[in-house]
Amino acid sequence: MHTLSLVIVLAPLLGAIIAGFFGKVIGRAGAHWVTIIGVAISCLLSLVVFKQIIFDGVAPYNASVYTWLVSDGIKFEVGFLVDQLTALMMVVVTFVSLMVHIYTIGYMRDDPGYQRFFSYISLFTFSMLMLIMANNFMQLFFGWEAVGLVSYLLIGFWHHKESAIYANLKAFLVNRVGDLGFLLGIAAVLMYFNTLDYAEVFHLAPSMANVTDDFVMNEQWSVITVICILLFVGAMGKSAQVPLHVWLPDSMEGPTPISALIHAATMVTAGVYMVARMSPLFELSQTALSFVIVIGAITALFMGLLGIVQNDIKRVIAYSTLSQLGYMVVALGASAYATGIFHLMTHAFFKALLFLAAGSVIIAMHHEQDMTKMGGLKKYMPITYWTFLMGALALIGFPGFAGFFSKDSIIEAVHISTVPGAGFAYAAVLIGVFITALYTFRMFFLVFHGKERMDEHTRHHLHESPPVVTVPLVLLAIPSVIIGAIAIEPLQFGDFFGHAIMVLPEHNVLEVLAAEYHGASNFILHGLMAPAVWLSLLGVGVAWFLYLKRPDIAGEIKQRFPGIYNLLDRKYGADDFNDAVFAGGSRSLGRFLWRFGDIKLIDGVMVNGTAFGIGKLSGVIRRVQSGFLYHYAFAMIIGLLVLLTWFVF
Amino acid sequence: MNFEMPNFALALPEIFVLCMACIVLLVDLFVGERNRFVTYLMAQATLVGAMVLTLGLSSSEAQYTFGGSFVRDTMGDVLKAFIYLAVLMVFVYSRDYLRARQLFNGEYFVLGLFGVLGMMVMVSAHSLLTLYLGLELLSLCLYAMVALQRDSIAATEAAMKYFVLGSLASGMLLYGMSMLYGVTGSLDIGEISAYVAQNVGDNLVLEFAVVFVVVGLAFKLGAVPFHMWAPDVYHGASTSVTIYIGTAPKIAAFAMVMRLLVDGLGGLHVEWQGMLVMLAILSMAVGNVIAIAQSNLKRMLAYSTIAHVGFLLLGVLAGTENGYASAMFYIIIYALMGLGGFGMIMLLSRAGFEADRLEDFKGLNERSPWFAFIMMILMISMAGIPVSAGFWAKLAVLQAVVRADMVWLAVVAVIFSVIGAFYYLRIVKLMYFDKPEDTSPIKPAFDMRIVLSANGLAVLALGVFPGALSVLCVEAMK
Repeated sequence: MHTLSLVIVLAPLLGAIIAGFFGKVIGRAGAHWVTIIGVAISCLLSLVVFKQIIFDGVAPYNASVYTWLVSDGIKFEVGFLVDQLTALMMVVVTFVSLMVHIYTIGYMRDDPGYQRFFSYISLFTFSMLMLIMANNFMQLFFGWEAVGLVSYLLIGFWHHKESAIYANLKAFLVNRVGDLGFLLGIAAVLMYFNTLDYAEVFHLAPSMANVTDDFVMNEQWSVITVICILLFVGAMGKSAQVPLHVWLPDSMEGPTPISALIHAATMVTAGVYMVARMSPLFELSQTALSFVIVIGAITALFMGLLGIVQNDIKRVIAYSTLSQLGYMVVALGASAYATGIFHLMTHAFFKALLFLAAGSVIIAMHHEQDMTKMGGLKKYMPITYWTFLMGALALIGFPGFAGFFSKDSIIEAVHISTVPGAGFAYAAVLIGVFITALYTFRMFFLVFHGKERMDEHTRHHLHESPPVVTVPLVLLAIPSVIIGAIAIEPLQFGDFFGHAIMVLPEHNVLEVLAAEYHGASNFILHGLMAPAVWLSLLGVGVAWFLYLKRPDIAGEIKQRFPGIYNLLDRKYGADDFNDAVFAGGSRSLGRFLWRFGDIKLIDGVMVNGTAFGIGKLSGVIRRVQSGFLYHYAFAMIIGLLVLLTWFVF
Repeated sequence: MNFEMPNFALALPEIFVLCMACIVLLVDLFVGERNRFVTYLMAQATLVGAMVLTLGLSSSEAQYTFGGSFVRDTMGDVLKAFIYLAVLMVFVYSRDYLRARQLFNGEYFVLGLFGVLGMMVMVSAHSLLTLYLGLELLSLCLYAMVALQRDSIAATEAAMKYFVLGSLASGMLLYGMSMLYGVTGSLDIGEISAYVAQNVGDNLVLEFAVVFVVVGLAFKLGAVPFHMWAPDVYHGASTSVTIYIGTAPKIAAFAMVMRLLVDGLGGLHVEWQGMLVMLAILSMAVGNVIAIAQSNLKRMLAYSTIAHVGFLLLGVLAGTENGYASAMFYIIIYALMGLGGFGMIMLLSRAGFEADRLEDFKGLNERSPWFAFIMMILMISMAGIPVSAGFWAKLAVLQAVVRADMVWLAVVAVIFSVIGAFYYLRIVKLMYFDKPEDTSPIKPAFDMRIVLSANGLAVLALGVFPGALSVLCVEAMK
């Protein structure tokens, strides 16, 4: 296992290094081969690890590989923890990454930064694996920052585009806010537990449950609550939860494979994974769970609403990602960590599929992303059409598809949960189902059905994408359909995760659900009686009515309710607020500090002032060096006399 | 008093250098102008031979001979080895420089070798008499070397100043020694030390003696206010002589400080500590501040040396084994940096062009990126910036001072080293950001290229792996 995990982590890194530093030498084909082989090795070995841990019942592997430094008795190590949770994540990450690698060959075919792109995505795979395989907070933080860095680099991949630079700067800055909380959380762990090792922290956690300390203004706060909320602030940044969600829609400036890999399937779910990993801590704090569930519910509902008014195909999917991340976080808040991870997995497959299919559409449309200029693509792109449809059905939770099982489990779990805020969350996720179906099928109908609204030239060139693009689509469509039915039983109701996830008995909503569970087909039947499925079908119906049957009504509604439309169109004013208050405020503060503090005080008085003073002094003292021998001798005698008088008498 | 046959074997390196210097002098008379390189090669061979002998005789135990007036110990061996190395590099750098100026005569090498002998005697001296003997042998060689360029007014003027001031300082040192002899009744450093240890107390004559001895040492090191000869001599002498004066003799002077102040007058540590504090602060202040106003690189390096001596004194005045080791580390690193710095000047110079103005380094990066890089390493090392040997050297002496409970002194030292960073980094700026005024190609001889590169890289390597050398220094002080 030791060698295995090392190879899994290092193979993509090696690929990234070769493609990055020797990209010119090995050429374009060399770059994609070396990185694809690296990731394929990781993917295969991850499957081996998965088989060993899950099916052969090999004990979870937890060991340090390298001690970076020891300071004051605290070890900073590189180490791997491979248990059921990690194994599952490894398979998801490496599989999606491999699909995206292959797809990229087609998508980036004409891009001058071909090698650079492959180097980045391989580097991303390495960073993500470091994150999920970490056995201590230090390495978790390393992976956390490394994926953030690669995300930053990739959003700004087309760095000559003004909007891409704006978007990657925004992503970077917003993530700084989250990471500050995360870092403080880790610091708090170090402070109270005096170790960074997961196993030790989790072992000590129960004894810390009732410890309090005065963090702010002499109020007594529960240490665990503070740690959990700080860590969750990090997750809010990385997993784009309100109010730190603003960067994710803009991140769509990056190439589409990136949107699929990083901003849908893997990196943005790091926050969800982290909270699930920290379940032994979160379980101890009702307050933190409540905070998590409320934030998740707000994100799930309100971000979904924004998807309805977007016209950019990628942005619709981006808002849908936000909303689905909200679902996962809600599951975490309800202590249904396994369900959160389950949804994370199904979402990774169908969202990557949707993004890649959207990318396929975008290639066919010559990089046109506006849905109002599409329509009727069904007959030109059959493979893309059918795979997209499967992704869409999975997303809205159509009975039988992957998303149905995970989303219905979340809704049921929240329904049972007794955490404060669960009632609100239940309402939010239910309405969310309708909204999801509405915006998903609005997009679907606008793109693939209805009138052909593109110009003549584009239509003339419309054709299905090449196999490097469609093969990954098909390969991703398969799990998008079936993975839910296969995985629900072990993941939700079996002891799949073993000791990887810890749930207190009083929070254990899944146990209640398990009692009612009698097989996947039964679950579907049961689902048909619940409101969720009907809400989603209603959403599809409304979308069909508004965008295919009577397209004029949509415009009418927009005119009747300009207030609501504008609110949604301006994304609740979050961007404007951030621009004006945070960006504007810090710029004015910076300008003040620069004008007064830097130029006047530091440059003027301190730096130039002392330099000027010393320069003057230097000019004066050098006169002493007159060149006359008797002056020199005189100075020596004076020196002697001073020493004599000073030290002898 | 019964006569005892001294153990000549311990002084074998000294005897070897003496014989070889005489042989080189004789051989040089008979080789013609065209075969002068024979002299050069023999001089280099002498240094290599001396190195082999010194390292071969080396053992961890201190051994005495010539009635206790000569000592061979680890510190002496290490310092001698670095003296040979320094002079060897000086000869390599100087060869083409001298040739271009018709100064490629045997005198330079013979005087250089006799100077080495003087330094060796200083390093191994264990009585006031041997110490003085070595010092005078070295000084006389240096005076003559400065004056080698007979037709240069600047050189002869510098030689005169050096000679007169050096005589004055020698006089003071000798006066101090005579008082020491008067009080203790012995010239032997061991016996002086024993006397001082037994008679701690207010002894006015002894304190007088200490002051005079310190003044003599300060002159040799070039500490303020006994430094005034240094800029004029460094500037006036030809660069091949400046590099000699500026490096190896400093190592010998450090040895003299160790033998006299620490071994001999260690019991009076409290007295001389105060004086050294004053000298150190003045040296760091004057050296660093005046260096800023210099437009001549040789003068600038002279002031830089003065500032480095201030730092060196910090290590000595801490008065602990650790402090002495750090001072020894400092002087060795300093010698390496000085060699490189002056070596760069000689690299850029050619017939009729001295390359010793700051402007001459403008745009060096465009003319020779490699040597600009080497010079940059040397400069950041002199400034004491991390990942260079100079950083560790400064750190070591500062640590010693802090451990001796003189934090304020460490703070003062750091402030002056920040001021000093300015003029070192100015060179880096000139090399990398300015346009070259002179675009003639730089074509050094092969061996010069190798040795100078190795010199710069050694400074970098010692910055990354300072462990071995610093352990060596600690060993030497035990």
